[in-house]
Formats: sequence, structure tokens, C-alpha cells
Amino acid sequence: MNAARTEILRRIDAAISRSAPLEIPRTYRGPSGEGRGSAAVVDLMQDRLVDYKAVVHRVAPAQVRAVIAAALADAGVERAVVPAGFPTEWLPSGPAWVQDDPALTAAELDDLDGVLTTCRIAVAETGTIVLDAGQGQGRRALSLVPDYHLVVVLADQIVASVPDAVAELDPTRPLTWISGPSATSDIELQRVEGVHGPRRLVVLLVTG
Amino acid sequence: MTTDLGMPAFAPRGVGHLRGDQSFPEAAREALGNKQLRSNLGRATATIRTKRAAVVAEVPDWADLRTAGAAIKDAVLADLGAQLLRLEKQVTAHGGHVHWARDANEANRIVTDLVRATGQTDVVKVKSMATQEIGLNEALAEAGIAAWETDLAELIVQLADDRPSHILVPAIHRNRTEIRDIFLREMGRAGVPAPAGLTDEPRELAEAARLHLRAKFLSAQVAISGANFAVAETGTLAVVESEGNGRMCLTLPKTLITVMGIEKLLPTWRDLEVFLQLLPRSSTGERMNPYTSMWTGVTPGDGPQEFHLVLLDNGRTATLADPDGRAALRCIRCSACLNVCPVYERTGGHAYGSVYPGPIGAVLSPQLTGVKDNPSLPFASSLCGACYDVCPVAIDIPTMLVHLRAEAVASKGMKAERAAMGGVSSLMRHPRLYGAALRMGRLGRILGRRRGVIRRLPWPMSAWTRARDLPLPPTETFRDWWVRTHGSP
Repeated sequence: MNAARTEILRRIDAAISRSAPLEIPRTYRGPSGEGRGSAAVVDLMQDRLVDYKAVVHRVAPAQVRAVIAAALADAGVERAVVPAGFPTEWLPSGPAWVQDDPALTAAELDDLDGVLTTCRIAVAETGTIVLDAGQGQGRRALSLVPDYHLVVVLADQIVASVPDAVAELDPTRPLTWISGPSATSDIELQRVEGVHGPRRLVVLLVTG
Repeated sequence: MTTDLGMPAFAPRGVGHLRGDQSFPEAAREALGNKQLRSNLGRATATIRTKRAAVVAEVPDWADLRTAGAAIKDAVLADLGAQLLRLEKQVTAHGGHVHWARDANEANRIVTDLVRATGQTDVVKVKSMATQEIGLNEALAEAGIAAWETDLAELIVQLADDRPSHILVPAIHRNRTEIRDIFLREMGRAGVPAPAGLTDEPRELAEAARLHLRAKFLSAQVAISGANFAVAETGTLAVVESEGNGRMCLTLPKTLITVMGIEKLLPTWRDLEVFLQLLPRSSTGERMNPYTSMWTGVTPGDGPQEFHLVLLDNGRTATLADPDGRAALRCIRCSACLNVCPVYERTGGHAYGSVYPGPIGAVLSPQLTGVKDNPSLPFASSLCGACYDVCPVAIDIPTMLVHLRAEAVASKGMKAERAAMGGVSSLMRHPRLYGAALRMGRLGRILGRRRGVIRRLPWPMSAWTRARDLPLPPTETFRDWWVRTHGSP
């Protein structure tokens, strides 16, 4: 194995002549932080999510609990996993809330109706929600195996662009970028929502 | 394994899928005779071209992103050894294991041994060009290990015992009815059968795939993936996908083995801000693909607790050694060049004989194998330049094709062309002979007088018309017309 490493490095060395480090022309729109949480950015986020066939609710902080109750009832979600750190004041009575402690098996997760999470950051331009397994988000399997994912996004978590998000994320954490429900275009390039990941994605955009 | 100092280390023969068993013109002639294939391809590529154009047009700084994308990749290639060592250090520091594979055989052996060490005989796979390139599934099968493809299109290809024909949409050559028939016929043999009464509605077909693969995901202990990007600075790997099969494989099993070409590196974390904009829009024509997973080594309590990264050369350093060809290593496998290529649109991917079809395949495959093993691919193009225009990392494919054509001619296989060009060159240096030769050409009208085109020239020129029709020569040559209307030349 070390022989392979040495040999590949030798081949590379023979293939290229050393030069001064190349400059990267970063004339594109980089991270600016502009518009974060603004009405325009939230509008754009909503528009993109709807385009991906996600269900979007714009709600005031005081309404979160009621909207979650209605959304879950509407979807027939009776048992859902709630990661550690998900605000308990948002949990309505009714559904059974399952904790991931001790860690649920994949089969146990598959038995649940849904999952509720918060997120780390969201990108309006691309309608993307990023989870980093932090508080309220849980490990990656939680937002993957259940067929229904409800995610609460606070307005000030929404940035305008991809560079804004990359600048803020911690690469040492496991990251999942979610842009709409799972989908495929493998059959005649016709987009079909819902394959292996959650087929229903419900997003609460909390403003005000 | 021997070390051939001074010899370029091409991808070895007898393993993997970089060489076809026919030349491109021969394979293309067969493909062109398949009407169903042409209509499937025509419809699919037209759809995706339109989508891509729309989402690229809405990015005001697309040209700047493209310039930066090309420069970032060039910076990686110019410093590849040091960048790989940085990546290795970071992955190791975060609990992963890094392996180096000089070629397909070595990579297959490493992966097989890693799977064997887990005691498992089944693995789930995320769609990966690198593992197709090296023929990993076949190598695992020989070792008694079943590798299950989980991407919908790869599943279709695997169930039908077919070959992928597109980088992004490997089953692009199949329409919905063919796919339904494959599912009904084959799924039961590989596990959960397709529901009885399955129609050819894409939604139902996707649902059948979900049911079929669910059991495999939930019980999988080992997964094998490729990688779209690896960040040298942080040791972070990224996989972009749509269906969630990638997330399943990257999250649920205990062991994850990732096979990655050594050119997939990005120097810094920040560079992802460029490529996460360039790739989805160029590839599926979406603003962002549904899922992107990023992981750095092992995270305790979350995802696979054992992670192996296999760094693959298999002809990449040989490609790197050619200053006029190395830019092909910038490729991020978006497949935009396939979708705009008039040749690909008509022949489909199988005709290229390699897992890398289309314009990028025509420059990448011959460089990975050595031009001698793929001498017809650099000619599989009309040099129209559409591929260069859409390439998100600005690979000048047409210029590279011309460069590789010269290499193909210089290598043994192309004696006729070289002799013909030499003959023309000599004729053109003698005006009187040249004029006579041109007038001789008018005799060709005899060959095509019925159809208005010439279908077949006599030997040795028959090599030219094997793959082309020839227009009838005009009744008067340009030189004769000039003399008649303007006097002496």
C-alpha cells in the first residue's frame, strides 16, 4: 500500500513541473451576508421550496405549535421522532413523541410516521435547508428514514446565497443539504418527487 | 506490480470499462439503426438542455463562477501531490483510513479485501463513475460479494444486465415501458418483486424501486460510494444526489468505502461555494439537487463508524502528464456536454465503448487508456464546440480532440489517413497535377447518380464511406469555374 502511495506521488511529480501557486479569480458573488432574514429573502426561499413541491407555511412564532399540530393531523402523523434540543414548547399534544435515546435502529425509524427538526441554515436562492446534526436536528438517519419530514426554519437562519451558507458551516460536522423532497429524473428525465428519502417535506418559515 | 519508470501508467487492459469491443464508427452504425433508442435519446436530451439553459441564465455571475471553477481545478492539478497528502492527513486525523490504488486491479483488490474483513457478502452502492470505470461490481462478484446498485437508473441497468449510456442518467436509452417490463421481469430475482399490475407511470416505477430497495437499505452493513468532491484542507467528502439512496448508503451502514479519482480534489472548503452552484445547474438543470451529503472522517454516534477512502490513479497521472490534455481532469462529471452533443444525441452512450461517453468521454477515455487503445474516440465529434460552451469548468474539448486526433494518427492505427493526407499534401504542391486530380473527382458522379449521394466509394476510400455518405462532386470544379469566369488562375 505504501508502495502504491509512493508510486502515485512519483508519477504526479514526473507529470507536472512545479510552478508558483495559481491565483483563483474570485470575481463571482461571494459571501456578503446581505439580505439575511429579510422579507425578500424569505419570499424567495418560499418560492423555491414550492417549486420543489415542498409544503410551506409562513408562521409567526406564537403559531408554530398550532401549525405543527394541524400539519401532522393533516398528514396522519401519529408517532414522530423528535431530536434532542427541539423546542418542547413547539410540540402539540396528541401525537406520540419518540426520543432517539437510546439510539433507534433503522427498522424502528422506519416504523415511525415522521420526524420534526430544526435546521442550521437555509439558502434562499436555491431553496436549500442545511442540517448539521446540531441541537434540534439529531443524527443524519433521523431526517432520512421516516417518510415525513417537518422542518422549522427561523427567518434569520435564511441567507441569500450558497457562498453565504458555505462561509458559516463547520465542515467537521456531518452536513445534509436538503432541497425539496427526494426526487428522481431517471425515467425519461421526468421529475418524480419521492423516492428513498422522505417523500413529504413540510417547511415552517417562522417570521416576525 | 512493476514500475515502468518513464512509461505513462495507463489504465490496464482486461479490467474495467474504458474500452469498447468495437470502434466508434462500427458501434455508432448499430446504434443509429435503433429507432427507439434515437427517439428516447432525442426527447431526453432536449428536455434537459432546456432546463439547464433556464437555470444557468438566471445566475448573473455564471461566467465568473465558470472561470473560478476552471482555475480551482487547475490549481489542484498543478499541486496534486501535496493536495492529496493534505487530504490524507485530514481524513486520517478524523478517524478515516486512506488507501492508494495505482490502477483498477489494485483498487478492486483493496475494496474486496475491505469488504471481506467485515464478513459481509452483500454491499449497497451509490452511483459512482469511478467504480464503474474499474469494474468493481464484477470483481466483487468474483469474490462472492453481491453489490446492489441503489440509484434508480443504475438499478434499471443492473436488473437488465445492461450497460450505462449516460453519466447522469445511465438508463437514458430506456423508455418507461421498457423500464416497467424490466422491473416486472427481474425485481423478484434480486429481492422484493415489483407490485403486480405495475404500470409505466414514472411515479409508480419510482415507488416500486423504493419498495425493492428499502429492505436492502435497512439491513445493509457495508456501503460503497464515489465522491463528487473532496476538500484537501478539511478532509471533507461530498456526494450530491437526488433520490436519497446516497444518504441511505452514506448514513445507515456500519462501514463506508469511498472510491475516488485523485483529480476530485478541491483545495479549500470555500471552493465548494463555486462547485455547489456549477454542478447541479449544469447537471440536472436544477438550482440545487435534492440532497447533498458531506462528511469528514467518522462522527461518533452518527453514520458509519468505519470509513475507508480509496484514492484511484488508473491513468489519471498519465493524463496529467500531457499539458495539452490534462484539462480533461477538471471534469466534474456533470454531463452537460453529452446533452448538447449532436453526435451523442444520435448514437447514445454505448457506442463510445467506455463508461465515459459523449464529448468528455472522447477526450478522457483515450487519455486514461492511452490513445492507442481508443483510437477512434477522438474522431467521434463534429467539432461544433457546443460542449465547450456548456462546460462548467471550461474544458476546451474541441481543441483537445484535434490534439488527440494527431496522436491517434501518429500511433499505428491510422495508416490510411496518414497516407491520404501525405498524398494530398504532395498533390497540392503541384498545381497542374492538383487540377487534374480535382477534375478526376467529377467521375465520382457516376457512383451516386441514382440517389444523389455517394453511399460507397471503392477501396481504399471505402474506409471513409463506411460511416458517411458523400455528396456528389459538382459538375465543374472551382478552379475550372474560376478560369472560365475570371481567366487564368
